[in-house]
Amino acid sequence: MTSHACLIHNGESIRRDDLPVVTFDDFRADLLRHVATGARVAAWFGVPSTADTVRMVCVLAHDATGQLSLLSTDVRHQYPSLTPACPQVHLFERAFFERWKIRPEGHPWLKPVRFPSQQDGQARAPCLDPYHISGSAVHEVAVGPVHAGIIEPGHFRFQCHGETVHHLEISLGYQHRGIERALRGGPDKRTRRLMETASGDASIGHTLAYAHIMEALCDTPAPPGAGMIRGIALELERLACHTGDLGALSADVGYLPTASFCGRLRGDFLNMTALLCGNRFGRGLVCPGGVDFDLDHTRIDGLRDRLETTFHDTKQAIQLLWETPSVMARFEHTGVLSAQTARELGLVGPACRACGIEQDVRYNFPLGMYAMRHIPVSVCKSGDVFGRAYVRWLEIQRACDLIRAVTDTPATGVHKIDIGPVGGNRIAVSLVEAWRGEVCHVAVTDAAGRFLAYEITDPSFHNWHGLAIALRDEEISDFPLCNKSFNLSYGGHDL
Amino acid sequence: MIKSMLARIRQGYQTFPFPKGEPPALPDRFRGRPVIHQERCVENCEACIQVCPTNAIARDSHLRIDMGRCLFCGACREACPARAIEFEQHYHLSSGTRGGLISHEPGRNELGAILRADIHRVFGRSLKLRQVCAGGCGACEADVNVLGTIGWDLGRFGIQFVAAPRHADGLLITGPVTQNMKLALQKTYDAVPSPKVVITVGACAISGGLYANHPETCAGVEDLFPIDLYIPGCPPHPLTILSGLISLLTRSPSGGRAHFPCVTRPGRTIG
Repeated sequence: MTSHACLIHNGESIRRDDLPVVTFDDFRADLLRHVATGARVAAWFGVPSTADTVRMVCVLAHDATGQLSLLSTDVRHQYPSLTPACPQVHLFERAFFERWKIRPEGHPWLKPVRFPSQQDGQARAPCLDPYHISGSAVHEVAVGPVHAGIIEPGHFRFQCHGETVHHLEISLGYQHRGIERALRGGPDKRTRRLMETASGDASIGHTLAYAHIMEALCDTPAPPGAGMIRGIALELERLACHTGDLGALSADVGYLPTASFCGRLRGDFLNMTALLCGNRFGRGLVCPGGVDFDLDHTRIDGLRDRLETTFHDTKQAIQLLWETPSVMARFEHTGVLSAQTARELGLVGPACRACGIEQDVRYNFPLGMYAMRHIPVSVCKSGDVFGRAYVRWLEIQRACDLIRAVTDTPATGVHKIDIGPVGGNRIAVSLVEAWRGEVCHVAVTDAAGRFLAYEITDPSFHNWHGLAIALRDEEISDFPLCNKSFNLSYGGHDL
Repeated sequence: MIKSMLARIRQGYQTFPFPKGEPPALPDRFRGRPVIHQERCVENCEACIQVCPTNAIARDSHLRIDMGRCLFCGACREACPARAIEFEQHYHLSSGTRGGLISHEPGRNELGAILRADIHRVFGRSLKLRQVCAGGCGACEADVNVLGTIGWDLGRFGIQFVAAPRHADGLLITGPVTQNMKLALQKTYDAVPSPKVVITVGACAISGGLYANHPETCAGVEDLFPIDLYIPGCPPHPLTILSGLISLLTRSPSGGRAHFPCVTRPGRTIG
């Protein structure tokens, strides 16, 4: 059986005409066959085709070969849902239905995702109507959208029997602010800034994916000097967030020393990003064609000094977790996900690697600095809160090693180049391993090089359902701990 | 147990001496308060106005920058052919009035001053806040959260974030207020007993920021509730947020605003 897919690499673009459009049956058969042999669905979106059809495009990531395949078919009114055969597309199909009103017939839980088009100024909450379990001893717990901490809003509905959670439904959309709609017609002066705020704590991840898209569309790669600075910034973002997460996990089990130390150390890593560009979240650093700030020898020395001091303290703070039985008792066997479930749901990032799956964009689809320096994939087989915590600790160590290695022999030369005009009628795909996992951006341009579609898939989009499944048959009191072990973005999901 | 105590000894006392002592050092590339050197500004040049992603720059008799919209991205500084725009190392940017965020407008009007006196009397020694993220990307939230860590130790100023709006004296709001969060925000506001304060943190909450013209948002808090304190930035540095919160609660001996040891460079300042 021949494949109808078009193969490309990360950070490449093709002509729109080169994207084969096949019948729905071929699309379905191809997709299922690829997924059965280990591919993952990285993105799924629509582009206007004719007056009454929409071109449904799917991007599949083949971790084993480092290739991406693009599949497309034209749909109108409805199509038979692929979710029953391929669970990982469940949310993609819902989002596609919400955007284009094309119904996936047979989808088991077809609800809106982001609740847009409330443009009449009427205040209302996203419609919930959750899945109910009935019975005399069954009760329901509702949490959110305003949570008991300084975090983003979302609604959680637990179906409980005693302390045991039988089902958790996560209803988001409260953060929907129209980013993808605003990106269409770009790029313009707002585009880069929208990327920086798509998911605020992963600014580098998203702007880097956007920069790769622009460089692919213009067919001009960024210079090596820029690649190094981008890589350092991406790893610093990972260091800060992973350190913060380990501190927060520690706080959630009531072990305050590590919580207290890591809260400060996270700030020290953020301040290293500020050393590069003046902003703790890397705002204003990455741009199409390179980076806006150089990294001279004095600054590299300063960075390395601070990295060593902070890493030393971080190591000490985090080692306490593994040596404290009361912490380990709460981490181990809590919120377990099997590797099979993780694969079926298409999970990405540390949550996926904690189930023993070797999947990391930096390793499988390397680009920029990562093409030169291979980073080992950090995995843990337990699939529980401990696994997700321990993968973070492994990644902290390897991120520090990587920054040390690249700054030993820093790349020289320019840090920014002019990338020229954006290619018209092209499709570009870019993947970046941000700290939460795979960020996938796909851009489709019209004849004039404007964005006809710009699709952002944040790792949270894949992983929220993983959290819901991890909580099945757990105690409801373990929810904060499980939630923190995923630490997903609401804004990146809602866009 | 012994290891955790040893770790505590090695990590040492980490709380900053600020505000009695020096604030923690800001990075040299920090973009604080924007400064316009009007005398350098070239007539009929609109380079900065055109590149600003949030239309924060306008020109009438003078060039003005609205810090309530500004992302502090520095695009205007790069675009200016005459190097007339600079960003100082000045972190105290907050204001009790919206006008106080705009260059060449007299800030801190009388109404603001009266309100401040009242706030000081009622909440001066204890301020409990409920934070609501209404479409914020997570960065403002993160740098509000960081004030609770040992370095900043917000609790020593009598400020604390609480879970229930019923236990709160006011709201600290981030994000452009999405249509989908408007009802939840309104209910949270209504649940806070009066008298209450409203603090907006970040360009999104103050003016809608990047999302000001999006029908999916309410373009910030301005049209929803009376606002007592505006803390600009994208996101504001923790020092900016902290100095803003403290200025809400403290009065200097002259009865005016609290004084902070600010690092400034020469140049015409705004506000």
